[in-house]
Amino acid sequence: MPETSPVNSPDRSVLLDHVSIRFGNFTAVDNANLKINSGEFFSFLGPSGCGKTTLLRCISGFSDPTEGRVLIGAKDMKGVGPNKRPTALIFQHLALFPLMSVADNIAFPLEVRGVSKKERRRKAEELLDMIALPGIGDKKVSELSGGQKQRVAIARALAVQPDILLLDEPLSALDLKLRQHMRTELRAIQQQVGVTFIYITHDQGEALTMSDRVAVMSKGVIEQVGAPDQIYNRPRSSFVASFVGENNALKGVVKRQSEDMAALETPMGTFEARVGGGRKYKPGDEALLFVRPEQLVPGQAENAFQATLSRQEFEGATNHVFARAGDTELRVSMVNAGLAGSVGSKGDTLSLGFAPMNATILPVGQIASEA
Amino acid sequence: MKHLTQAYRALANRHGLGAALFVAIAVTLWVVVFITLPQLSMLDYSFRFNLPADQIGTDADHYTLSNFHSFFFNADGSLNTLDLVILGRTLLAAAIVTLIDVLICYPIAYILAHGAKGVAARLMVIGLILPYWINEILRAFAFRVLFGATGVVNTVGMQMGLWDVPVDFIRADVALYFGLSYAYILLMIFPMYNAIEALDHTQVEAARDMGAPLWRVHWRVVLPIAKPGIVSGATMVFMLTAGALAAPQILGGPSNLWFTQVIYQWFNESSNWPRGSAYAVVLLLTCISFVLLMMRVFKVSVGEIGK
Ligand SMILES: Nc1ncnc2c1ncn2[C@@H]1O[C@H](COP(=O)(O)OP(=O)(O)O)[C@@H](O)[C@H]1O
Ligand SMILES: [Mg+2]
Repeated sequence: MPETSPVNSPDRSVLLDHVSIRFGNFTAVDNANLKINSGEFFSFLGPSGCGKTTLLRCISGFSDPTEGRVLIGAKDMKGVGPNKRPTALIFQHLALFPLMSVADNIAFPLEVRGVSKKERRRKAEELLDMIALPGIGDKKVSELSGGQKQRVAIARALAVQPDILLLDEPLSALDLKLRQHMRTELRAIQQQVGVTFIYITHDQGEALTMSDRVAVMSKGVIEQVGAPDQIYNRPRSSFVASFVGENNALKGVVKRQSEDMAALETPMGTFEARVGGGRKYKPGDEALLFVRPEQLVPGQAENAFQATLSRQEFEGATNHVFARAGDTELRVSMVNAGLAGSVGSKGDTLSLGFAPMNATILPVGQIASEA
Repeated sequence: MKHLTQAYRALANRHGLGAALFVAIAVTLWVVVFITLPQLSMLDYSFRFNLPADQIGTDADHYTLSNFHSFFFNADGSLNTLDLVILGRTLLAAAIVTLIDVLICYPIAYILAHGAKGVAARLMVIGLILPYWINEILRAFAFRVLFGATGVVNTVGMQMGLWDVPVDFIRADVALYFGLSYAYILLMIFPMYNAIEALDHTQVEAARDMGAPLWRVHWRVVLPIAKPGIVSGATMVFMLTAGALAAPQILGGPSNLWFTQVIYQWFNESSNWPRGSAYAVVLLLTCISFVLLMMRVFKVSVGEIGK
């Protein structure tokens, strides 16, 4: 029998066992129940105020769950303070120490553990190399740019090799270009160090591009957990469908259902689509049909309907077309066909349609508001 | 001077000439009438002889170092250990009182800035301020009553069997230390609070998260931020304690004179204003030197204190 060495492969998993967190009567996190695997890049995605920070603080030990348990590496963390957990938290505003040099900041976790000054200096240099900022150890924190501070905070959190790195919207203060660059970099660092990353964000682009799996949260409730493509292609609730990516929602009445396909009668016509979340409907039930802008194809024969072009937003590679069909305004994304093709102009009639597999019927529920 | 002119222009631009003029005149009056002139006349006195009224303005009325000389030396040329020791003891006692205040106020200021919220914080502030509505002399007498032979402390202590004969807290200067530590505590708390409040609390949490025990969080994260506030508070408390008169009069042991009491005696009982002035100048200068020295030691600049 091969020996499994616990030293070489520490259990870096996190189990949220029916975790609820309440402030008085207000439930900030409602019965979160999921397992984050060892070495996974896991994101919590949700609008601001949905309880992400509260959950993260609970995992890092700053608060205890009102109900349920948090297990890290299969060990119950009840009564274990933040200073005793194998986690490192990168705060939303980084919380670098302004009166310490960059090197002292990075080496602070080592200082706490009684590592000698010389060794601390060596390790700080090493970490600065890792984040591609060699030689800035003697600078003051205030002399760094936003992106540099960001990386210094990561280096500090990784200085004592935590099992789990918790990141609270760490890129939100950066400008767009840098944010996109840092996504790639964070993912690379995570692959390199093999630490479990728990990342929280309200930016679905971040969550989808970086994560192995994403949990979508709304008002304290975890609505869906899955790989990014699952979340995007197979939403299980109207909130997930409307919050993650753009979506068109058509309200209607179910006419019939067979297995995982159903027909929905809407003011624009009756459409066939996939049933989301494995639900069962009776004829006459109200439901929403979600179809993404890029799935509305001109000239598509299935689920065909007519709409009037009302305006366009040209964005280079993509042309965002807005079309009206009755009372419904629809978003249609079209790939720019260049000079060879034309979408049409305002007032033109468009013949559109979509594949039944690429639309989802979901129960009427919360719709995430724009932006 | 350049900075002053600039500040004045900025004020005039923003709030109009009238407001700027008012501020300029008020500040000048304050500095000249309340600070510079009294100190200058005190300084002037200290270099003069204690002459009867009819000799003032005559040839006998000229500047002299005799008042300062007699602070340091007795008439027979030996060191004036009596006054020197009193000054030294006063400074030492003021330093101890300042230290006690730092130790008491740091946790209070920290909790006020980062722990207490809403009603609790407001109650704490009221609790701190309210006693100061009571006159300083009354407060000193209250301590005298508290620590007297039949006072609360002795009664409770004896009833609990901690000691059986009333302890003379007054003679032992215990009452004095309590009274003085209490007297200027607000002047320590508020600058400290100001400094600590500026600290982003997530830094404390970050340090905790990285495994730091509480003492290290304070030593490495909170104290460096609090330092200018501590020094600013300590400066005020030290100066005021060294210059206190009411508390030492009322609470001081009969054998231990405070230096201000010596000054008071020269002015009032001996009617020797020049000698008293010289002593006051000596006290002022030694206090300032001591404070500057401490600022050197703790590496704090005057600018930081003003923040
Ligand atoms: N200490 C607290 N006391 C009371 N309510 C809180 C506390 N912390 C957070 N909340 C509330 O919990 C909700 C979730 O907050 P938070 O976890 O910070 O959201 P997010 O990080 O997703 O933006 C918010 O409505 C917030 O007002
Ligand atoms: Mg948050």
